[in-house]
Amino acid sequence: MTSKYLRIAFVLFAAAVFALPLGSILAQDDAVTLIIESWRVDDADEWNDVILPAFEAHYPNIDVDFQPTINTEYSATLGTKIEAGTAGDLIMVEPFDYRLEMYLNGDLANLGDLGSLENYSAGALSAWSTDDGELFGVPLAAVIHGFMYNADIFAELGLEEPATAQEFLDLLEAVKQDGQYVPLAMGTADGFVPGLLGLQLAGQPFWRGEEGRLALIDGSGKFTDQGYIDAWAFLAAWADYMPDGYQAVSYPDMQNLFTLGGSAVYPAGSWEISIFNQLVGDDFAIGAFPPPVPEAGGDCFINDHMDMGMAMNADTQHPEEAQLFLNWLGSAEFAELWNNALPGFFAMSNHVVEASDPMVQVYASWRQHCGSSPRNAYAIISRGEPNTDSELIRVTQLVMNGEMTPEEAGETVQAGLASWYEPQMGA
Amino acid sequence: MTASLARSSQPKRGKPFPTHIIVFLAPAVVIYGLFMIYPLFDSLRLGFFVQVTRGVEQFVGTQNYVTLLTDEAILQPRLLNALKNSFLFFAVNMLVQNPIALLLAAALSTKTRGGLLYRVLIFSPAILSLAIAAFVWRLLLSPLWGIVYDILKALGLGAYAQPWLGLESTALITLALISAWQYLGIPMMLYFATLISIPNDLFEAAYVDGATDWQIFWRIKLPLLMPMIGIVSLLTYIGNFNAFDVIFALKGADAGPNYASDTMMTFFYRTFFGSGFQKADPHMGAAVAGTMFVILLAGVLLYLFIRRRIRSYEL
Repeated sequence: MTSKYLRIAFVLFAAAVFALPLGSILAQDDAVTLIIESWRVDDADEWNDVILPAFEAHYPNIDVDFQPTINTEYSATLGTKIEAGTAGDLIMVEPFDYRLEMYLNGDLANLGDLGSLENYSAGALSAWSTDDGELFGVPLAAVIHGFMYNADIFAELGLEEPATAQEFLDLLEAVKQDGQYVPLAMGTADGFVPGLLGLQLAGQPFWRGEEGRLALIDGSGKFTDQGYIDAWAFLAAWADYMPDGYQAVSYPDMQNLFTLGGSAVYPAGSWEISIFNQLVGDDFAIGAFPPPVPEAGGDCFINDHMDMGMAMNADTQHPEEAQLFLNWLGSAEFAELWNNALPGFFAMSNHVVEASDPMVQVYASWRQHCGSSPRNAYAIISRGEPNTDSELIRVTQLVMNGEMTPEEAGETVQAGLASWYEPQMGA
Repeated sequence: MTASLARSSQPKRGKPFPTHIIVFLAPAVVIYGLFMIYPLFDSLRLGFFVQVTRGVEQFVGTQNYVTLLTDEAILQPRLLNALKNSFLFFAVNMLVQNPIALLLAAALSTKTRGGLLYRVLIFSPAILSLAIAAFVWRLLLSPLWGIVYDILKALGLGAYAQPWLGLESTALITLALISAWQYLGIPMMLYFATLISIPNDLFEAAYVDGATDWQIFWRIKLPLLMPMIGIVSLLTYIGNFNAFDVIFALKGADAGPNYASDTMMTFFYRTFFGSGFQKADPHMGAAVAGTMFVILLAGVLLYLFIRRRIRSYEL
């Protein structure tokens, strides 16, 4: 009995011993497999059916395998795999400080030598760089914030896209006077709505985008500066034009209000394009305009927020092949495939892409004449407590609910930041 | 003779070790121990450590608790706010849910037409999934499509319509009332079961002596209900001090606006699991959980102390 088991075990062992080198010989002759770790389960089909086959067509000896994990479990799963040494060759990374620690631990490779880097703006690269400028991830996709509007209502009431903040408020006032529609489909019940779709969308021109963001980081700009106060004052003025009881109107509520044709303007993100295309269909035409500027003739700034990046596992067995792939992510071909497969998520290289979706084209066109900047508290200034990003969300909600003045909001956030962030401590 | 025989024969037969008791207890003890007792102690242990680097913990004694209680910038105000809100949430449930449940039970325990139907209807929200109950209330109270506002306007009370779930001053109380509505059936059923177990002879004797219904309620039913009121209060305390689901479902982990609906559990959730850019800190989270454990324990001990003072009647 036992000898039989022993014999089987021996055969299996021998088979394994002989098969192992055989397998690696075959692999050398045939293909190298690269595995991508990701939290984008939703995009698996687009990766596997559209994007990866295009890359594999260029490099027949490289086989890329997209293996996503559910987003809520991504951090924990990735951490475990890295520790166990079983993580994939390519690792999708969130922007800024999310995965910085992994690089500092030596888990992610330095990508400073990639040839494709010239295809990205410095701002885009900064999202996956250390404070000293060491690069550990290449930008993959961004989302752009901007207003959408019901073009049928605009035509009916004879309205035009506003260029300045005052024109924006005048336009909302005109819709209100008409009385048929809610001027602005927005509610403050969910904190991220005033935070992201209010402050980070409409505030960019007030703090001049990247200029203002970097000034906060180096300590020369403060949340008590006039730009921030004006931005909050602008948002506070929206209160008259949001639906009654907007304090309890949630994000799905405001989406529904707009897509059902009940309101004129909607503070949107480009990730909503494909959903809105489905929901609205041919019911009415949708237009879009970038955030209005404080003064007529002022420069345009948009929130062009890095959402996904791609890093390389420092322990990968195939660094050359992985770098070929990372380089390809910066190509015009990838940008075009990506933008059409995932409308509303924008490839971040500088290539001009002809997207088939007209709304995607509108959003992408703003990049040509507007300054691009990410959400202003995602990098560096949210590393301590109180967390600046959370504080911005909290005070903006209060300002829009009429329970805090813009000045108080600025002082609150500034005091919180100055309590732990050295460059802001001086004054 | 017989006695000594019996005595001498016993050791010989040997009292068998009660193996069967262990066998019967084992599943419950193992499962309860593994999934309740061990995690409880491990979470208390966690509160006395901090993470040095990934996977490396260091013992720091009560440092987490000291920080939690003395950090005037963030943690202490948040803790006090959450504590206040938790007690308020409990108080609303205690003062609204319990008396209503008691009155309904008293009304239904008399011979009421359609009593069974009412019982089923009042109890039914308690078996609804919270996600559904929260969704229904979100719709009812939605300023855009909520029927509550239409009704108020139809009654000429439109001026009183407020976005209750969205205002700092009313959000928590609205949530507490939703929770009180949903679980109203449970204390009602407990009271109802106690009331119908009271023998009718007592009421008949009281009638003969000329007592009114009201006197019967105050003098006979209520004293007999006191132990059950105590238990229901304790359950309300434990259930509502830990309130999380209704707040999470309607207001999210940030329990807005401005943490106005933040309770100990949502505070714990954000600390332990992180939220947005707030990093997950299991050790500080465990300290929050430990604090909650102490508060709950104090409440339960208080109940045990009071219960001794409540006279109970044998029927």
